[in-house]
Amino acid sequence: MCLAIPMELKTRDELEGVVELDGVRRTVSLMLLPDAEVGQHLLIHAGYAIGAVDAEEAARTLELLREYADAMEAL
Amino acid sequence: MRPGLPDHLLLAHGAGGRLTRELVEGTFLPALDNQFLRPLSDAAVLPELPAGRPALTTDAFVVDPPIFPGGTLGHLSICGTVNDLSMAGARPLWLTWALILEEGAPGELIRTCVDGARQAACEAGVQVVAGDTKVVPRGKGDRIYAVSTGLGVVPPDRDIGDHRMQEGDVILASGPLGDHGATIMACRHDLGSETLQSDCAPLAGLVEALLSSGVDVHSLHDPTRGGLVAVTNEAAGRSGLRQSLDERSIPLRAEVRAVCEVLGLDPLGLASEGRLIAWVAQDHGTRALDALRAHPLGLGAAIVGRVEALPAGGSPVILTTSVGGTRPLDLLSGSDLPRIC
Amino acid sequence: MLNDAKAVAGLLDHIRREAAELEGRLTIMEVCGTHTHSVAAAGLRRMLPPTVRLISGPGCPVCVTPVDYLDRALALAELPATVVCTFGDLVRVPSSTCSLELARARGAAIEVVYSPRDALALARRQPETRVIFLAVGFETTVPTVAAALAEAESNGVRNLLILPGNKVMPPPMRALADDPELNVDGFLLPGHVSVITGWQAFSFLADTHGVAGVVVGFTPTDVLAGVLHLIRERRAGRVSVSNLYGRAVTAEGNRAALGLVERLFEPTDASWRGFGVIPGSGLALRPAWHHRDASAINVDLPPPREPVGCRCGDVLRGAIDPPECPLFGAACTPSEPQGACMVSSEGTCAAWHRHEMHATEPSAAGQGRSAWS
Repeated sequence: MCLAIPMELKTRDELEGVVELDGVRRTVSLMLLPDAEVGQHLLIHAGYAIGAVDAEEAARTLELLREYADAMEAL
Repeated sequence: MRPGLPDHLLLAHGAGGRLTRELVEGTFLPALDNQFLRPLSDAAVLPELPAGRPALTTDAFVVDPPIFPGGTLGHLSICGTVNDLSMAGARPLWLTWALILEEGAPGELIRTCVDGARQAACEAGVQVVAGDTKVVPRGKGDRIYAVSTGLGVVPPDRDIGDHRMQEGDVILASGPLGDHGATIMACRHDLGSETLQSDCAPLAGLVEALLSSGVDVHSLHDPTRGGLVAVTNEAAGRSGLRQSLDERSIPLRAEVRAVCEVLGLDPLGLASEGRLIAWVAQDHGTRALDALRAHPLGLGAAIVGRVEALPAGGSPVILTTSVGGTRPLDLLSGSDLPRIC
Repeated sequence: MLNDAKAVAGLLDHIRREAAELEGRLTIMEVCGTHTHSVAAAGLRRMLPPTVRLISGPGCPVCVTPVDYLDRALALAELPATVVCTFGDLVRVPSSTCSLELARARGAAIEVVYSPRDALALARRQPETRVIFLAVGFETTVPTVAAALAEAESNGVRNLLILPGNKVMPPPMRALADDPELNVDGFLLPGHVSVITGWQAFSFLADTHGVAGVVVGFTPTDVLAGVLHLIRERRAGRVSVSNLYGRAVTAEGNRAALGLVERLFEPTDASWRGFGVIPGSGLALRPAWHHRDASAINVDLPPPREPVGCRCGDVLRGAIDPPECPLFGAACTPSEPQGACMVSSEGTCAAWHRHEMHATEPSAAGQGRSAWS
């Protein structure tokens, strides 16, 4: 129900931030994520950052899924 | 400021008197000048048509914003009409250009659009031979609307259309899709991008290159309003044949994908204004690809699908998804609104 | 990479082999319109083996918005010096009279916005106009509404109001988990709701109702990983709620967002289209925020009218498949929707009409044959 896209925080000015995905930028509110840091990937929903995407966790998920794929290949 | 070009348009600029004449002779005529337009008479009397069947098309242009990265309403209004003729296999010759302007519209905006039209006509090798200008009161229009009618000729040896489509035909796209639509949506929703711009371009040259390469071209369509989804559904409807597309092969720029993700849009439903979709004979796919890619407007061409028989009760347009599933592609019901869900 | 065909193929292979060792059929319910959408967009449902049944619950906030909410929104739009702002998702939903889209074409003051901030910006630009935002959506969206109202309050923008219509997931999920007809074995839990609430907000499913749940993201790989997880849990005889969207979802969620929502809103009973009233499932503005509440404005409402024969409610509960509704595909189609399940692109009926109507022919992928051979 909730379209939220990960976009990188490029700059911030108090509670306003500029986020980017593949060269496309938009201004969003950081009211719901006041501690967001430049360089973080933020989930953007309806013009607000609602959460951060953890790069390490993302990598771990990828590993897990590669395992599934490899296991199939090994058969 | 050029004589005849006001800061802001008045109703009097459309009244047919002195101001109208100043506008037409000071701004429109110098930009679009040719022997048929110059007399500014009631109708342009043209030479006899070259051999073949005449083709006629008309289009209205109301794009908002009228100036966008990569183009203007003026440029678009010429390209759109030229491209409709090209898709029928016609060589575009002569266009009309009628403007409905809004009282208060900035003169600079008009000039930029006129320049765009001039540039497009020059690129396309066509002449604008007749025009009209009306001005409506403030609030009754949206700065500038344009209507263009185009006349061309289909050479005697040519027969392009959905009636020629056959099972086994290869479907190609001449380049990445949705650039124009994504650019407009980005403008409307305050999304910035350094690289995203409209793909608006006249396609007559690309079409001639394809046709003269010896490829057996059955049908051509430009995926404008409604995008690839619309043209394939229309083609399926007219031909009675299934259009089977492969999501992995459809070229899309990363910026276009990004705009679609952010706004919740389907890139396959976005307009392109400088691309064509071609249906060619089964064994001519690679030759068609090479012919397109050899032309500056076809550098990003790709084979995107195939025509198949339509099973009873089956979807007319089917997409093999990037993960190997399938889904039907049906016509968008309702306008292209960004989702939040 | 998370959209990777190879990863998907690997997961499907595991799913097929391990589901074959299950007793009976596994019923998995997703309760998020975006999950419905991404499953449909990738064509996943038909790639699953017949022993794994993926059904859609009431995860589409558009679909569960009751008729009288829309009637009230339309009535408010007719008031002088008033503009109603809405997410695009809502404009085609039929009310007792007509849709917001049709009303706008007839001259009603209705604006489509992408964010509650847009409504706030409009309120700033037009201080003489009362701007009413239709607050529809689940836990992901509520904080954005709260934030816009809080910003309006601290900046003295007095003319921004909302028509409260937000709902929360746990109450209907309790009912669905307990429904003996449905027999839900496990839930794919909404990834972005969980970003806000934290995944532990759903542990009640296992603790109190004995139903498994797993929070997943929205790519095909995420969804299939969740399906595989639930199969494995079932095979091991475990019932738990876990998190497979660790890159975005934590146990406690977004404290700042939750705190803001708590400040402005309180639980209330809410009506879900097709379900009736579910206690504590909605959010109302607290008394201190009464001046922002457009539901307090007096308007004349038409008698509520539901299309005769509409079975949206049963569809939303997952009790029937869309073709079992008498209106489906005949009086109710995506281009002429009667009920909310058909209007939204991720409504169960709309998704079914698009994909399952043509399920008579085997999918090329299902047969292991390339679509290009």
